[in-house]
Amino acid sequence: MPTPRVKIPGTAAKGEVFEIKATIDHDMESGQRKNKEGKPIPRKIINKFVVTYAGNEVFSADWHGAISANPYISFFLTATESGPIELKWMDDDGSVYTAGGAITVS
Amino acid sequence: MKTTVSRRTVLAGIGAAGAAAALAPRVALADKAAADEYLGKLTGGTAAQDGKVKLKLPQIAENGNTVQFTVTVDSPMTPENYVKTIHIVAEGNPAPGVASFHFTPTGKPEVTMRMRLSKTQDVRAVAMLSDGSVWQGSQEVKVTIGGCGG
Repeated sequence: MPTPRVKIPGTAAKGEVFEIKATIDHDMESGQRKNKEGKPIPRKIINKFVVTYAGNEVFSADWHGAISANPYISFFLTATESGPIELKWMDDDGSVYTAGGAITVS
Repeated sequence: MKTTVSRRTVLAGIGAAGAAAALAPRVALADKAAADEYLGKLTGGTAAQDGKVKLKLPQIAENGNTVQFTVTVDSPMTPENYVKTIHIVAEGNPAPGVASFHFTPTGKPEVTMRMRLSKTQDVRAVAMLSDGSVWQGSQEVKVTIGGCGG
């Protein structure tokens, strides 16, 4: 089971732009590599990443085989209200990994 | 000792070099054409203008397995004027698509990730704005060890 790690600031002033950093352990097997017998290793990557803030989808990404193993991402949101921030990673095999936190906006 | 170089040897050498030179750009064009076709599908065929998009990448990447990139777009990110999508395309990879980022009017249009590059090539970032305009920026990366495994 891949382990996500997420860095979300606990507090922010209303209107402030804040950064979220996230990584998850994953091989991101691209489908381009071959094993020792010369057979292609099947693709298995996280193909989608979705972020919700206080229940609304605010950012998402489609990832392809060119994304490095253990994908790291940094992106920015504006602090509008206190609430939960949830990050979701969707795997080729149908698994969904989630992590998150909450921000208090004053 | 006198070295003799026959006319035939010289001509054969020139011929081979010429053939190699003629072949090299054709390969590069095929990569670029594949990237253009891929982007055309994503942007709906709208021609991209140069500007507004900045792609920060190392000029030389020793390890093609993890090449960090930061893409930024000049945009206020207000509901009236924001970046909807940024596509990252690697022209020289076996598949041109790297990632597409979908934004809403929040934060700022800046994303950092790490990607694989199989060889020295141009990486392009294409931004689609809420007003329908499409902008692009690109950066060449020299790759020492390719990152596609084998």
